[in-house]
Amino acid sequence: MTEEKIYLYPVWVRLWHLFNAILCLTLIITGISMQFSNPKFPLIAFNVSVSIHNIVGILLCLNYLIFFLGNLGTRNGRYYKLIFPGLFSRLMAQFRYYTRGLFKGEPAPYPINSERKFNPLQQLTYVGSMYILVPVIMVTGWALMYPEVIPSRFLWTSGLHLTDLFHILAAFMVSLFMFIHVYFCTIGKTPFSNFKGMINGYHETH
Amino acid sequence: MVKKLNYRPAWVIFILILFAGIVFILSYSANSKADRTEAAIALKENKPEQKKDYSEHKHATENENCLKCHGQSKYSYENSESKKKNTKKMYTELIINREVFYESNHREFKCIDCHSEDYQTFPHQGNLRMEAKPNCLDCHGGDEKYAKFHFENIEKEFQESAHSEKHSEDFTCWMCHNPHAYKINARSNENIKKTIAYDNAICLNCHGNLSNYQLLTDKANPNLLTKHDWLPNQKLHFLSVRCVECHTKKINDSTLVAHKILPKKEAVRNCDQCHSTNSVLLASLYKYKIKEVRSTKGFFKGVIVNDSYVIGANRNYYLNVLSLIIVGFVILGIIIHAVIRTLN
Ligand code: HEM
Repeated sequence: MTEEKIYLYPVWVRLWHLFNAILCLTLIITGISMQFSNPKFPLIAFNVSVSIHNIVGILLCLNYLIFFLGNLGTRNGRYYKLIFPGLFSRLMAQFRYYTRGLFKGEPAPYPINSERKFNPLQQLTYVGSMYILVPVIMVTGWALMYPEVIPSRFLWTSGLHLTDLFHILAAFMVSLFMFIHVYFCTIGKTPFSNFKGMINGYHETH
Repeated sequence: MVKKLNYRPAWVIFILILFAGIVFILSYSANSKADRTEAAIALKENKPEQKKDYSEHKHATENENCLKCHGQSKYSYENSESKKKNTKKMYTELIINREVFYESNHREFKCIDCHSEDYQTFPHQGNLRMEAKPNCLDCHGGDEKYAKFHFENIEKEFQESAHSEKHSEDFTCWMCHNPHAYKINARSNENIKKTIAYDNAICLNCHGNLSNYQLLTDKANPNLLTKHDWLPNQKLHFLSVRCVECHTKKINDSTLVAHKILPKKEAVRNCDQCHSTNSVLLASLYKYKIKEVRSTKGFFKGVIVNDSYVIGANRNYYLNVLSLIIVGFVILGIIIHAVIRTLN
């Protein structure tokens, strides 16, 4: 290990990510509150949830724009380019490391450096959530806000029903991603070093 | 060569999105066409009539004696003094649209079943306008054949409704259920949206129409759009929910439509009352429809083919359990991983 600390998270990534995490958490909480609404035990009053969810959803879209344009215009985008040939075997190697090698103290198969910010599994989940799941949530979310754009029947069922299904399905997966994401962030030089990195910008190698 | 491969999945995604877009646009245009026909049906009562053949109806010929004048906007007669032919305008309230009448519940009736036989002479006698008109219960009350409609319960609910309390005798069944036009809807209409539009049109006939509204009051009718501006997605609410869903209270579960119209302060205004598993919505029209679909098309279709979507109210028990199990496994996995990690 030649470099101890690498500057990997520029200010805009850190700010984007901070807002993203706060907004996502708010959306998840208000979303669950609406989905499981019960007049007897309101987690948050339904109409309050609706307003918060709508406003925060719009803010998330604006924030996503920062991410999207940032990755388009700066070198940060290159970390998100999936290289497909051999991807599967790299994923398996990383998976093996997380389920066995890590416990035995073996070195990571794809150590983090300035050319590779994410290991293959990390990269796939980040690309999947940022370029598939979050866009699905945003598009279906806007559609639900303007329900008149949704065809009243789509294929075999109500268009509204289907749109909502996709919205909730993708949101559920992002919620799962968040659990796993936060846990995996504790796998660093120390359990807190990745979180520190997301604050000061420096990744500590181990 | 290797580089080129990287872009192939991007093309697949692009083509998929393009394809989804085309399906969306096609289904959208098909739908908007369907919506337009629906609107046309809802407006049919105001549509100029086309010549049609109604001879399949038992009394069509006899009824023509009345409808030759009352079936259109003008009527003619010969002045017995001057022997001249006169053409006059028919009062709009006295015009019976044949097409609507012969589709209504009362389509197999003779005009003089309900109206005095003396109307058969023209000019009609002046005292005929004092004629007492029959009430729903005069025919439908205490009759085995109509038991399933629970007319007695409806009558009781109506007596307690705001309509009845405010306007007493002036407010009759006919105000909402035009005897020449009304037809049962929820039971016969396949499309729940059409039922909703039909039923809401009944309320709007007065609450959205000043001259009808003022038959019972001198006040101007409140603007329904501003009164309901607290509803998010107002238009969607109006297209998907019947006025009576929030503005009535069911005393008896057996009537399909509650007739106890509540004073405005008591109307449902709490989102959760619809947006929860115990949704008041699911207790009425929607429950009826869901039961219907299930019994006619089978359980599976009844669950999958669902016209209605109400956030919070359509919670699927199995999906819920499944999602909790998945969350449970993920948390368990994380805990196991964390324990092994710290032990090593
Ligand atoms: C409380 C919630 C969250 C915490 C504590 C957290 C923590 C972290 C940390 C420590 C990192 C840096 C380590 C790494 O690069 O892997 C990171 C990166 C990242 N996180 Fe999160 N995260 C949270 C929520 C989210 C959410 C909701 C999303 C997406 C929907 C997300 C997407 C990302 C992405 C894409 C990166 C890489 C950013 C880059 O360097 O380009 N995170 N997160």
